[in-house]
Amino acid sequence: MKTRRPEPAPAGRTLRWWPLAAYFAVGVFFGIVLIQSQVVSWFRIQEMFRFQSFHLYGVLASAVATSALFLRLARALDLRAVTGEPISIPGKTWGPGSRRRYAIGGTLFGLGWALAGTCPGPAYALIGYGSGGAVVVLLSALLGTRVYAALAERLPH
Amino acid sequence: MIDLLSSPWPWWIAGPAIGLTLTLLLLIGNRAFGVSSSLRHVCAAVAPGRSSLLRYDWRRAGLWNLAFVVGIAVGGLLAGQLLAGAEPLVVAEPTAEALEALGVEPGPGLVPPEIYSLQALATPQGLLVMVLGGFLVGFGARYAGGCTSGHGVTGLANGQLPSLVAVLGFFAGGLLATHVLLPWLLSGSTP
Repeated sequence: MKTRRPEPAPAGRTLRWWPLAAYFAVGVFFGIVLIQSQVVSWFRIQEMFRFQSFHLYGVLASAVATSALFLRLARALDLRAVTGEPISIPGKTWGPGSRRRYAIGGTLFGLGWALAGTCPGPAYALIGYGSGGAVVVLLSALLGTRVYAALAERLPH
Repeated sequence: MIDLLSSPWPWWIAGPAIGLTLTLLLLIGNRAFGVSSSLRHVCAAVAPGRSSLLRYDWRRAGLWNLAFVVGIAVGGLLAGQLLAGAEPLVVAEPTAEALEALGVEPGPGLVPPEIYSLQALATPQGLLVMVLGGFLVGFGARYAGGCTSGHGVTGLANGQLPSLVAVLGFFAGGLLATHVLLPWLLSGSTP
């Protein structure tokens, strides 16, 4: 984690397979975390939206806090990724034609989140865990994504 | 050690572990933590049609994301096989009572088989929970430009106003579904 590369990697990235393997490995770690902390549980989502357990609030808040800490550190130290790019997160657009989408889309997502008790990360983890229900949820989410793409131009953003 | 890893992990382990996930993705190749984009990449790869939102080089933009989500599924498999998956799950008492009243047995699995399983597809409740719920997750995440990971963790940590609005929307929708929609849907399944 002490990676501060003196100079960027040569242009036209030749290394291709190892970052993929690394992203895969991070996914494995994340998947284990999601299951073992029960973040994937339909019941935990119900507890959260009924304000009857602190668990998921604690998970989300401490995830945001540690992430924010790292982002500050990355900026302060001018960290670069191993592949060479400076570390930065592209912001979301915010302006005319791109303002209402967050409230409308967010609310629709929230409806689905509480109904299915599953957001996209947990859906993958549950599929590996062996839940047939999560396969249905993920396929339905793919359909939702595709339908959104087809309708996007006609929806208010 | 295995015993310790097998019991449910507390929030103060899980949260920072998710923060570490975001950190590693950035350190490896400056990739922003977000899961729902993988759905878009799959659509772009499989059925782009004429949609301008799906016509891009999904390999260049999204192969990393697909490797990441395949990893998530493998992580779920490993947790279930090696760590016994943090079951049985103990549901908070008031939630358990409320769900029982709606005909949903609280635990001991991670999900309720009555409404969340392949068998439950045959019931209207299961169909609506999984298919309508999943559809809205995919539709809403793309509409809002992110999900719990992209907006809820990455966007909030980055101090983005759009993500705060999206997360408030997540909660507005979630409260509505939990307190109005779900009780209404499930009331039919009470014996």
